[in-house]
Amino acid sequence: MMRRWLPHPVTSCVLLVAWLLLNRSADAGHVLLGALLAVAIPLAVRRFFHRPVRLRRPRAAVRLALVVLWDIVRANVNVARLVLGPPARLRPVFVEVPLDVEHPIAVALLASIVTMTPGTVSCDPSTDRRRILVHALDVDDPDRLAREIKSRYERPLQEIFAC
Amino acid sequence: MLLETAVSFFLLVGAFFTLVGAIGLARLPDFYMRLHGPTKATTLGVGGTLTASMIYFTAVEGTSLHELLITLFLFVTAPVSANLLARAALRLKLRSRAPLPEASGAGRD
Repeated sequence: MMRRWLPHPVTSCVLLVAWLLLNRSADAGHVLLGALLAVAIPLAVRRFFHRPVRLRRPRAAVRLALVVLWDIVRANVNVARLVLGPPARLRPVFVEVPLDVEHPIAVALLASIVTMTPGTVSCDPSTDRRRILVHALDVDDPDRLAREIKSRYERPLQEIFAC
Repeated sequence: MLLETAVSFFLLVGAFFTLVGAIGLARLPDFYMRLHGPTKATTLGVGGTLTASMIYFTAVEGTSLHELLITLFLFVTAPVSANLLARAALRLKLRSRAPLPEASGAGRD
């Protein structure tokens, strides 16, 4: 019963909270309307989720979010320094990072995280989702970068999505 | 006084990083490197501005949290657009200071 009407409980929660934030109100009317949308929208887009999303470790998710937030701040300061310094000194590289996560949403999340964090932009998740291509702004050891991405972001994602 | 200091601080931080993002876009030598400016420096730029807005309006008008939504939407959209731009650039084989990867999906299909 629960599964049938709320196939994606997390998505539903996010939708409800987003609705209340958009309206800047927690009146009964808005809660009711938001709840309706939170049930209706996941049902309407059900067909786009090929595999069910099950979050196994909420605590790991919170930790990953904090790590990513912190890295975004670091990334900004870092990129600011690189941008304002002499551009001739930068050592840009393309790095291929082989992937262990398989869930499409986990791959998408990893690519997004890589784009938002220190000196890296993810360019091209290969069609088989086995690796992503990352462009880095200034790197002396590409292998270390790949290892860091794997241990810092991919492993927690793997735990969270249990795949 | 404390309120004004905090709001000004976050506004200045936001403005600084937005400026850096713009400078990066103008100044870095090739397309792929230029992508780094707008995707990152802007995140903290927008983040700083929104934090300032949250503090100001919470103090003046009562709880204001819908700025969080802007952050969320930005986090969802910025990586996707950066990714699309990078893919297009790879497919066009744009000039790059980093050696272009051979076996990527870029030239294949």
